[in-house]
Amino acid sequence: MDIIGEIESEQLKKDVPVFEIGDTVRVHVKIKEGARERIQVFEGTVIKRQNGGLRETFTVRRLSYGVGVEKTFPVHSPVVEKIEVTRKGKTRRAKLYYLRDRVGKSAKVKEKINK
Amino acid sequence: MKKAIIGRKVGMTQIFDEAGKVIPVSVVLAGPCTVIQKKTADKEGYEAIQVGFEDAREKLINKPLKGHFAKANIAPKKFLKEFRLEDGADYNVGDVIKADVFEVGEKVDVSGVSKGKGYQGTIKRWNTHRGPMSHGSKYHRASGSKGSADAARTFKNKKMPGRMGFENVTVQNLEIVRADAEKNIILIRGGIPGPKKGIVVIKNTVKAR
Repeated sequence: MDIIGEIESEQLKKDVPVFEIGDTVRVHVKIKEGARERIQVFEGTVIKRQNGGLRETFTVRRLSYGVGVEKTFPVHSPVVEKIEVTRKGKTRRAKLYYLRDRVGKSAKVKEKINK
Repeated sequence: MKKAIIGRKVGMTQIFDEAGKVIPVSVVLAGPCTVIQKKTADKEGYEAIQVGFEDAREKLINKPLKGHFAKANIAPKKFLKEFRLEDGADYNVGDVIKADVFEVGEKVDVSGVSKGKGYQGTIKRWNTHRGPMSHGSKYHRASGSKGSADAARTFKNKKMPGRMGFENVTVQNLEIVRADAEKNIILIRGGIPGPKKGIVVIKNTVKAR
């Protein structure tokens, strides 16, 4: 009789793709403008994933006009319509905060090539 | 008071609303509550209904209470509470109050017994300030002056250390996010008093118009 578990599990998404730290993802976000609803895509590197279950969030970092922009999304939020993995990254850290201090080529995550 | 229900706090979680915003909610297993007795102006001098919540084992009920339940012809309940409802006359002995007395969006007050904190100093108990921790200060977390020498006594209600928590607390004007009579579950926006498994009373708010 786990009531809280029940309430949480019915909100969990079943179709969350496998994505890891360092991956480049395209996050499709629903945006409401008055009565109209449209979808905006935010593409960047996943620099962290936090918490678990219903409360799980992930942060995507990208450079926009030379300025670093980070956005944090709840994985199971209905606002996040779709997550697409465009590139797998090779990392040795769980949190890629070091990307914030870097510019140019060193601010890139190496691509992971599966053999 | 228009309506009220007894419940047991289950804990807290979060849900997403239609806009995708996260709402923090307290989960309460509310009801079903059975009306055990109707008090009337003729007999008891005031109008009220007494309701019971959660079945109790026969063994745990003493003889006087057993008689009380036998009179209403209802299985013994663990908790009895009296509500002075405006439309109390509409209720009859044996009626069941369920979670759907409240609607989504309604504002409620929630009462319960807060978590006991034990013996606490004035900083935690009354939010007084502390002294400097360094620079030669020896006045750190002490409660300070108890009053003037002129008065030759300490005035009543002086904020002093002592037992904190484990008292009746009411949080007002909380919103009902979900009310499910089938599962007896009520979700209330925000925190409510007491520990998990604590008994709480949900009633119409006195604040909202």
